[in-house]
Amino acid sequence: MNPKKRNMMLNLAAILVLILFLVYANRNLGSYNIRVLNLCAIYAILGMSLNLINGITGLFSLGHAGFMAVGAYATALLTMPPAVKEQNFFLEPIVPILANITLPFPVAITIGGFFAAFVAFIIGAPVLRLRGDYLAIATLGFSEIIRIVITNTQSITNGALGLKSIPGTTNLWWSYGIALLTLYLMFAIVNSSYGKAFKSIREDEIAAESMGISLFKHKVLAFVIGAFFAGVGGGLLASLQGAINPLMFRFILTFNVVLVVVLGGMGSMTGSVISAFIVTSGLETLRVLDEAINIGPIQMAGIPGLRMVVFSTMLMIVVIFFQRGLMGTNELSWNRLFQFFEKRFSKKGVSSK
Amino acid sequence: MSFDLFMQYLTNGISLGSLYALIAIGYTMVYGILRLINFAHGEIFMMSLYFAFYGIAIFSLPWYMTFLVAVLVTAALGMLVERAAYKPLRHSPRITIMVSAIGASFFLQNLAVVIFGGRPKAFPTVPMFTKVIRIGNISLQALTLYIPVATIILLIGLHFLIQKTKTGLGMRAVSKDHDTARLMGVNVNKTITVTFAIGSILAAFGGIMWGMKFPQIVPTMGLIPGLKCFIAAVVGGIGNISGAVLGGFILGVGEIMLIAFLPGLTGYRDAFAFVLLIVILLVKPTGLLGEKTAEKV
Repeated sequence: MNPKKRNMMLNLAAILVLILFLVYANRNLGSYNIRVLNLCAIYAILGMSLNLINGITGLFSLGHAGFMAVGAYATALLTMPPAVKEQNFFLEPIVPILANITLPFPVAITIGGFFAAFVAFIIGAPVLRLRGDYLAIATLGFSEIIRIVITNTQSITNGALGLKSIPGTTNLWWSYGIALLTLYLMFAIVNSSYGKAFKSIREDEIAAESMGISLFKHKVLAFVIGAFFAGVGGGLLASLQGAINPLMFRFILTFNVVLVVVLGGMGSMTGSVISAFIVTSGLETLRVLDEAINIGPIQMAGIPGLRMVVFSTMLMIVVIFFQRGLMGTNELSWNRLFQFFEKRFSKKGVSSK
Repeated sequence: MSFDLFMQYLTNGISLGSLYALIAIGYTMVYGILRLINFAHGEIFMMSLYFAFYGIAIFSLPWYMTFLVAVLVTAALGMLVERAAYKPLRHSPRITIMVSAIGASFFLQNLAVVIFGGRPKAFPTVPMFTKVIRIGNISLQALTLYIPVATIILLIGLHFLIQKTKTGLGMRAVSKDHDTARLMGVNVNKTITVTFAIGSILAAFGGIMWGMKFPQIVPTMGLIPGLKCFIAAVVGGIGNISGAVLGGFILGVGEIMLIAFLPGLTGYRDAFAFVLLIVILLVKPTGLLGEKTAEKV
């Protein structure tokens, strides 16, 4: 069998295994575990989208929380039935245009993504002229501005009160379906001529420009595509949590996503997916630390905040000792996997002789 | 708006600007030497407030002793952060160092939650500073006048340190070029440690005065002032100490004046800094007093 055909079959088999697992999870796991699985998939989407900007194109953006907020609010406002909206907006009535709109979830989430992409386009056009740390701080600034605007536009976003009773459409099928689609599209983008242009910008801007690559066009393109998926991820998150408020979209959210990308390896999409699972489930497992412990005679009161102390310590150890992340810039692929095993086994064969 | 009211806003703006300037210097000095945004600086500022709080509230030391001890402990903390989070990564890619810096910042913030508790605490007041004085028709806290004076004294001290002492010469050399400085006999690591110590000392002075001006302390309070002061440093031209001071004053006065003249925009107070940042970066990407660097191919 030629490798291409083999990989295709293996991909299909992997998707089948995933579907079987999801069926099993839906039937047998409790709502808490399902929620964590959903969060893993959403962080995988967010990680991949930031990786396209940071890892592949080398633009150091810290504005992800802002784009997620745009997507989350758009999805929430477009899916909430009019009666729920009326309940939410008790301080100031909602603007009439939004009051009676109710769209199906997939349409709303796509619009949310496009809206985030649009905001990214407006922001990106001026800001992407900056480089390195300046770009990082300017995107961080814009993400804060988005949050402050959301806090202050009472009649559109309900301000600091946030939105409650958002229809909870997100389930394992939606989140994993969109995560798979994102993975597929990301690979398609990275392997296309655009992806090669993105990578060349990351390696050397001046060399890329002298090869005829329009820096501005490609930077904006990467930024906008990344923001689109961030918006979609934000929409999924809003629907999963059922309630959103501006405080959710603070810098720490961006930091969690940056962490996923750095831990997985800058420039490795599969690395982002793997580390999204590690980071999310790790954060949930450490939740034990904040709660009271009762093991027979040993009783400890929970120490709030300890979870994040342990987590940030672990993070810094990882960053200091594994500077390139789990995967570096490599991708996990069937070819690599087979090569790895072949090497392993042939070595063993030599040594046994 | 009456002249008196305007003067009142202006003095408030100047004293807020002085605090921003003190904290911004820490960012700009570290950036000048390491080309690194020290994200943990805001948390060092926050810790200094807690040190001062515990000095007065628990150990009931007199205020001048407390402040001195708090400043020294903060300096030690700054050096410790440098040792633990930045020194092992001296030759790593920028994003790795930045993630480590943000990690250090979250570590300190959550450590403060664990040690000091998440509930807001009231910063102790020192009557000498908080009493209200009147000049003409303007009534002000004495502190509002002391803050700019203290800032100016600290700035003169800093200027002397950087321009006239051997340590300062070393710092200037390291900020130009690490390798050359090392060949000239400068102990680069020691110089970097000293830079962190000085930045933290100024942040501690800023923090203590901040605590007296806004007497409520919580573990998350370092984030927004930290970001704003970083913006002040960028607006003035990062790496340039006079720039940081200028940026701090522009930000402080601008923020107060925005609220004074356009009360409808009070909710956007924190956005002012970010809008200013973006406008400055677009018009003059290296900041007001920053030098333009040509790119070598």
